[in-house]
Amino acid sequence: MAVLVIADHDNATLKDNTEKTVTAALKLSSDIDILVAGKGAKGVADAAAKITGVRKVLLAESAELGEGLAESMEALVVPLMANYDAVLTPATSQGKNFSPRIAAKLDVAQISEIVDVIDADTFVRPIYAGNALETIKSSDAKKVITVRPTVFKAAADGGSAKVETIPAPAAPAKTHFVDQKLVKSARPELSGAKIVVSGGRAMGSAEEFQKVIEPLADKLGAAVGASRAAVDAGYAPNDYQVGQTGKVVAPELYIAIGISGAIQHLAGMKDSKVIVAINKDADAPIFQVADYGLVADYKTAVPELMAALTAAGK
Amino acid sequence: MKVLVPVKRVIDYNVKARVKPDQTGVDLANVKMSMNPFCEIAVEEAVRLREKGVATEVVAVSIGPQQASETLRTALAMGADRAILVQTTEDLEPLAVAKVLKAIIGEESPDLVIMGKQAIDGDNNATGQMLATLLDWPQATFASALEVSGKKAKVTREVDGGLQTLEIDLPGIVTADLRLNEPRYASLPNIMKAKKKELAVNELASLGVDTAPRLKVVKVTEPPKRAGGVKVETAADLVSKLKTEAGVL
Repeated sequence: MAVLVIADHDNATLKDNTEKTVTAALKLSSDIDILVAGKGAKGVADAAAKITGVRKVLLAESAELGEGLAESMEALVVPLMANYDAVLTPATSQGKNFSPRIAAKLDVAQISEIVDVIDADTFVRPIYAGNALETIKSSDAKKVITVRPTVFKAAADGGSAKVETIPAPAAPAKTHFVDQKLVKSARPELSGAKIVVSGGRAMGSAEEFQKVIEPLADKLGAAVGASRAAVDAGYAPNDYQVGQTGKVVAPELYIAIGISGAIQHLAGMKDSKVIVAINKDADAPIFQVADYGLVADYKTAVPELMAALTAAGK
Repeated sequence: MKVLVPVKRVIDYNVKARVKPDQTGVDLANVKMSMNPFCEIAVEEAVRLREKGVATEVVAVSIGPQQASETLRTALAMGADRAILVQTTEDLEPLAVAKVLKAIIGEESPDLVIMGKQAIDGDNNATGQMLATLLDWPQATFASALEVSGKKAKVTREVDGGLQTLEIDLPGIVTADLRLNEPRYASLPNIMKAKKKELAVNELASLGVDTAPRLKVVKVTEPPKRAGGVKVETAADLVSKLKTEAGVL
């Protein structure tokens, strides 16, 4: 069978969600092509061509593909599916936006956010905020799948596939891009970071969140996350949110500060390798998933942690 | 302008789902059920448009068992004008739900559909996008702000790393994210009033839509549990354990 993987990128750089999705695709087939859809994304296509196990890279460019319009992505991918048995997309907000359109147009089910491949028809995916894992078998001839990238290891570099340019579809008539405001940050990206430091409602204000969480993150070279409560209260921007409805992360080290551990937050971080919780409430549910728990007020614990890290040469 | 809001009855947001011992699914017997939180946000947004005079009618639709009429009554108590229940005991997949909604939309001809971005049971995040595709209507998903003027809607969307703004021509589909609004609680007088509002019931079979499942559930299992951790006394202990025991620093 032939599999198409849709690359995750920002037109300038290829994101490692792509390599992780290739790993999932390799469990289905060894005939894997990558689609890079964007604008000014030749460098992304060249990077994708280096992923081991990739046959070829298709590059399509237009203003609307660069803006990630779902209608354009669907119009591009659906005709290509004549040549493929499955299409795999990383389950980012962008992937979730367009992938169901491809499924609807092909009249097949979408198999959402898989965490394992059992065979060519059978997949495992989390449901109920990760409180249950569902094994499902698809009867559709073509599979439209989104992949939770954090559970798959990135495929290595070392290939040299060729890049083939393909035509972009016409612009959608009824959807118009107005603008995009992306948060610029020198910190690693939340979904791929090795260490994540997250703050919760206990911070009490945006100023406190910045004063407590951000220096600790910077000391550890970590990404910054937040609980839904902290985001809803305006202490942290929405794209910091870790949880069922925010980002799902699985870093080497996750440090939760002043986070009680609501079900929907745990759904976004419980696959982290090591979890540290700092909370003054010894009964907070976060301690049930934490490998190391420190029952303390963050106001004293975080400065002490900073000092201990300095003493340890960090 | 008519706004249609699909709503789903799901396990209550605060209840932890438990897997049945026979691995056939999640145990929903005697479990509190509520309106999916994202659907509540969608209803709230539609009602606000009605209160601002932008919308003239808000119609809530649910597909599900007889008890889904309670979910529709909640939508009516929040301020929807009338409701439609498509009654079925089948558990429909997102593609089938989109096809049923398309049939209802064919009868109702709304100018705007506002719906939740995902249901907290299946966690698929697919129905709105599928419905837009089947109708060939524009879509704006994961909305955190919505402005309707004339035959256009300006929608701010939550995307990876920030916010994107799109303008769509109506009729169109908007899916609600968490920060679009904070849904109201229905007041007692409004709950009483809702009992008198129109709630039409259609049998799913009467719509003539193909809702055959494409996916077979092989089994439903509990995720692996994390082994209980340890409590440390001081920040210095924590750092030393992370360094030597866990090896992550």
